[in-house]
Amino acid sequence: MKELFILAVVTVFTLLTYYLVEPFAHSQMHKHIESEGFAYKDLPALTKKGDAEHGKELVMGAGACVGCHGIKAEGMPAPMDAVTAAQSYGVNPPDLSTAGAIYEPKFLAALIKNPAHALMVEHKFDESKGQMHPMTSFYGAGGDLDQEIADMVAYLQSIAPKAEEVTPAMAFENACGRCHAIHYEYNLDGELHPSWTQIGEKPVFKKKQDELKFETKVLDYQEALKKYMGTLPPDLSMYIRSRGEHYIKTFVENPQNYLKGTAMPRVGVNAEAAEKIIEHLENVGDSKRHKREEVGKNVMIYIFIFAIFAILWKKEVWRDLH
Amino acid sequence: MAHFTKATSLHDWLNQRLAIDTLRRVLATEYWIPKNINFLWAMGMVLAITFAFLLVSGIFLLMYYQPNVDLAFDSVNYTIMQEVGYGWLWRHVHGVAASVVFLIIYIHMFTGIYYGSYKKGREMIWLSGMLLFVAFSAEAFSGYMLPWGQMSYWAGMVITNLFAGGSLHADGLVEWIRGDYVPAQAFLNRFFMLHVLLIPLAIIGLIVLHFGALRIPHVNNQDGEEIDFEAEAAKYKAGDKANSKVIAFVNDFMSKDMMVVGIYLIFFFYLVFYHYDFAMDPVNFDPANGLKTPAHIYPEWYFLWSYEILRPFSTDVGLIAFAFAQVIFFALPFLDRSPNAVPASRRGLFKFWFWAMLIDMIVLTAMGKVPPEGMFSAIGFYAALTFIGLWIALPFITKFEKKV
Repeated sequence: MKELFILAVVTVFTLLTYYLVEPFAHSQMHKHIESEGFAYKDLPALTKKGDAEHGKELVMGAGACVGCHGIKAEGMPAPMDAVTAAQSYGVNPPDLSTAGAIYEPKFLAALIKNPAHALMVEHKFDESKGQMHPMTSFYGAGGDLDQEIADMVAYLQSIAPKAEEVTPAMAFENACGRCHAIHYEYNLDGELHPSWTQIGEKPVFKKKQDELKFETKVLDYQEALKKYMGTLPPDLSMYIRSRGEHYIKTFVENPQNYLKGTAMPRVGVNAEAAEKIIEHLENVGDSKRHKREEVGKNVMIYIFIFAIFAILWKKEVWRDLH
Repeated sequence: MAHFTKATSLHDWLNQRLAIDTLRRVLATEYWIPKNINFLWAMGMVLAITFAFLLVSGIFLLMYYQPNVDLAFDSVNYTIMQEVGYGWLWRHVHGVAASVVFLIIYIHMFTGIYYGSYKKGREMIWLSGMLLFVAFSAEAFSGYMLPWGQMSYWAGMVITNLFAGGSLHADGLVEWIRGDYVPAQAFLNRFFMLHVLLIPLAIIGLIVLHFGALRIPHVNNQDGEEIDFEAEAAKYKAGDKANSKVIAFVNDFMSKDMMVVGIYLIFFFYLVFYHYDFAMDPVNFDPANGLKTPAHIYPEWYFLWSYEILRPFSTDVGLIAFAFAQVIFFALPFLDRSPNAVPASRRGLFKFWFWAMLIDMIVLTAMGKVPPEGMFSAIGFYAALTFIGLWIALPFITKFEKKV
């Protein structure tokens, strides 16, 4: 039929144009990077079985981890407040309570052994030039180094919550939230969550003075962070729309993939934690996605019925015209 | 003074005062349309419906949008998209409709070109349609500024720079348009005004003119046949609908329009709910930052062909070529020297001209988006030359066209 032929011609040209300006043009503008599934293939696998008891001794003692990191799960607060820590180290060292659940074990091991290498910031921290990473390498407590590191990782895993207990917000706050703010509040399961700053959730203040004090602290923290990173890491409120899931995942997996020489470290999250970070960014930047699917389905059903009636009406009216 | 009698019904009351029966007859039931048409003739109604979607969704967005450089981005991406009930739906409808409306406009334009619906008394239809195209382009551009994202800012910067006229260095004109040295508050405010008031008013006025321009020459038909509308209408009114070559606008034509609209809306709402990214560039979800130029700056897809006519040349030549591309479609009825107002398939060389123009514009569109490097800039350059060449050739190939 002639009309169907015309429709086919219009459709072919439309789809061709779409293909050229969308998938094709974007493939030419941005190189495609495949995810490795957060396997961190460049890092050596853990070969030794860790002993958590011994690991605890090392973390608390010879490893000197708690000189900088808090472990709330063990009742140990951070040695410094966030702002002072950032002014000392550039960025606030994370609390280690959840590290065993959020980060890949072999990444943790590589990090303890040589932070600049595991974090992929050796271009910025070159020991031979005296540029020391603020986290010092662990050179061992006298025994087998790899065994000792395996013990420390086992300890961190033993105190960490189970994978399913890690919430999207926890994963984000620990892995990303000490550098990146999210100034959008968000509603999740009927509960309003405040906006996130690099020093934590922004509380509700009754007095303006208290709010200004808090904001001053945030600015002080950001100033230290800016000096450390070279630029203030961006607010991630709309990143799920501006970058999309694939970009964020492959970027987090290896920031050097896209920005050679960037100061952003590889943070070493495991695959589950990466999913949770994405979910958190969706909760913040695309919070109506479930509603969209639900309404979308209903509208499509309605429109199909409308189209059927429209076709029937046309047939009815045109019966006399042919 | 007219004589008024006591009304027998509300209908009669209105009829005495507004002549609604006459209006209905003139505008609907005895407004004659040729029967020999295909679904492409419904694009006008599809455009009207899409414009209505834009208008209604725009009114809702207007209630929450803040035309302020510090608030605009968050009023769109936070307030409207996340806080306001169904705000996300209005925004997605508005964004998708703004893109799809151009797809339909291009289909509508190329339908007109293919069937020769711009000649033999139909010149004003074409010209008013082209004015609508310009008004819609200005509306799309001004609207694109409003979310105040990175693409808003940098597209605003690049496009307003064009008014410096290359070597003319009319920087004063650029500053006058912007109200500042760079796009800032004054710029956002005036584009907001243009987008929500002045251009929509112009569009509504032009739509009336476009409809009015159809009235006397009547709608064209699939074979370019000249129809005696009065004789055919008489046949229709006498009850011989089957043999009449015309149909009534309401319900005959309208029922076919609505069938096409129904199918179109399936496509439209599929895009709104499941495939909206193409209409809302990801880069524009980064807030405007005058200190950080995006890696790739490109306009929305519907401006790419004319952008690519600008890009491959040196500044001055590019601007002249660009200006040529903006106005040349207006001249179509006068550059086509052939008296034939029939489908392109029956018009000899013009048939090839039509398909060459269509394909060339698609090539330009594609090359306008990809980075202008290597092979792409060569293809873009030759496609731009082909565009200009085709228009120069048009009067010659149509002059020698055989009369059908």
